[in-house]
Amino acid sequence: MVRDEHKLKARIRAGIDGAATGLAVLSTVLVVAPLVAIFIYLVYKGASSLNLDFFTKIPKPVGEVGGGMANAIVGSAILLAVGSLIGVPIGIAGGIFLAEFGRGTKLANAVRFTADVLNGVPSIVMGIAIYSLVVVPTHFSGFSGGVALGVMMIPTVCRTTEEMLLMVPHAVREAALALGVPNWRSVLSITVKTASPGIITGCMLAFARVAGETAPLIFTAFGNSNWSTNLNEPMAALPLQIYVYALSPYDDWHRLAWAGALVLIVLILLAVSLVRYVTSRGVLKGAS
Amino acid sequence: MGVGIEVTNLNAWYGTNHTLQDINLNIPANHATALIGPSGCGKSTFVRCLNRMHETNPIARVTGTVRIGDLDIYNDITPVEIRRRVGMVFQRPNPFPTMSVYDNVAAGLKLNGYSNHHVLDEIVERSLKNSALWDEVKDDLKKKSGASLSGGQQQRLCIARALAVDPEVLLMDEPASALDPVSTAKIEDLIFQLKSQYTIVIVTHNMQQAARVAEKTGFFLNGRMVEFDSTHKIFTNPADKRTEDYITGRFG
Repeated sequence: MVRDEHKLKARIRAGIDGAATGLAVLSTVLVVAPLVAIFIYLVYKGASSLNLDFFTKIPKPVGEVGGGMANAIVGSAILLAVGSLIGVPIGIAGGIFLAEFGRGTKLANAVRFTADVLNGVPSIVMGIAIYSLVVVPTHFSGFSGGVALGVMMIPTVCRTTEEMLLMVPHAVREAALALGVPNWRSVLSITVKTASPGIITGCMLAFARVAGETAPLIFTAFGNSNWSTNLNEPMAALPLQIYVYALSPYDDWHRLAWAGALVLIVLILLAVSLVRYVTSRGVLKGAS
Repeated sequence: MGVGIEVTNLNAWYGTNHTLQDINLNIPANHATALIGPSGCGKSTFVRCLNRMHETNPIARVTGTVRIGDLDIYNDITPVEIRRRVGMVFQRPNPFPTMSVYDNVAAGLKLNGYSNHHVLDEIVERSLKNSALWDEVKDDLKKKSGASLSGGQQQRLCIARALAVDPEVLLMDEPASALDPVSTAKIEDLIFQLKSQYTIVIVTHNMQQAARVAEKTGFFLNGRMVEFDSTHKIFTNPADKRTEDYITGRFG
């Protein structure tokens, strides 16, 4: 009798275990499926329009077939570089302040709250804000577009940096202090270094997010159908170009828009993988 | 060479909790001194007052004097400077997880701006030999992560890291309590060798350990030091009834 009961319980446990595993697998599939689906659809729609011209030529005037998005690819790269130069240092410095130097102070709470609100600001509003702050006193420019992207990166980088720093064990900080290392040095060389894989992930998340942003660029970088690598002039960007082409009435432009979307996603993947590869070489194996 | 430690009327608080009360104690140079007592009696707080780690906790407070060598550590010197002279080994091994074995040992010097590679190489080798870890790690010093060593090796790595900055005093807060018996024996051997060059203060829960490694032993209870004498006297003929009760296992 007792034995049968044990057997029954074991069978129930095995059943629950199987069900839980099944649910986990199902969730994984549900998470990955949209990405795979989008990617396959993009390849299906866009790959046929990809050729050398796409990467080397600028857009042709309306009515002429062909042309490419070389200016938009380069423009996006420049805008993202400017955005990262602004967003990453400010975001990381803010995160270090929140986690290490300002912990528990009113200023830190205010900064944290501001970052969270900033994170929730719709990107079109960010575009309008940078328009009135930077574009109105000057003019449409690649620089203002970079500023808009940079400001959008700040809250994500800041909050992930803070959270990653707080995950560094207290024992590691104590070890540095007990060696007679000044606190600021210990924070920069030990705590930040220990948290760096997580901080880099945060930066990559912010980067990938703003790489596809269109709205903040409409009022700032403005777009440009000619070559422009001058930060002081309107600049083309892949998302802007896709937006304009997708809304146009021409089939040829629609195809180019699909190709542009595919290139954008592949370039983001490449950039993120490259940063991961370069930064992981410095980290030792076996480190947790 | 080690220096002696002279503690006068030391009191310490965490918030309103008076964790150390009127401690007076002379710790001899170049000997090992053990501190024993039940959990929460203030031994760890006491050693943390000797390198001013106590005050890294924002609610902590200290009064009294601690003289290490000829320095009054609460008046003559900054916390950062005193921690270079008074090394510390913690209960749980805490190597820097993203650093190699080499960088772990060199960390104290490098982070203070020291960068002469020949001298660093020499100091790392000497420190690892002094902590009896050299033979186990010498082949891939710069490739192996400190975190990939076993627990006992990590603790010896932490000892090497503390020795590399050439301290006069070494504080050890239950250095073997998270280790297996073989690793514990290695750490004890090490203490035995090191005490000719450094003044060692070791907190331990293990009374046999105190008896094996230390010349002097202090017994703490409820934030007070009940008795401080030669280890032999404490374990064979303690003057205080409470010490006797503790070492014979009647409480604690």
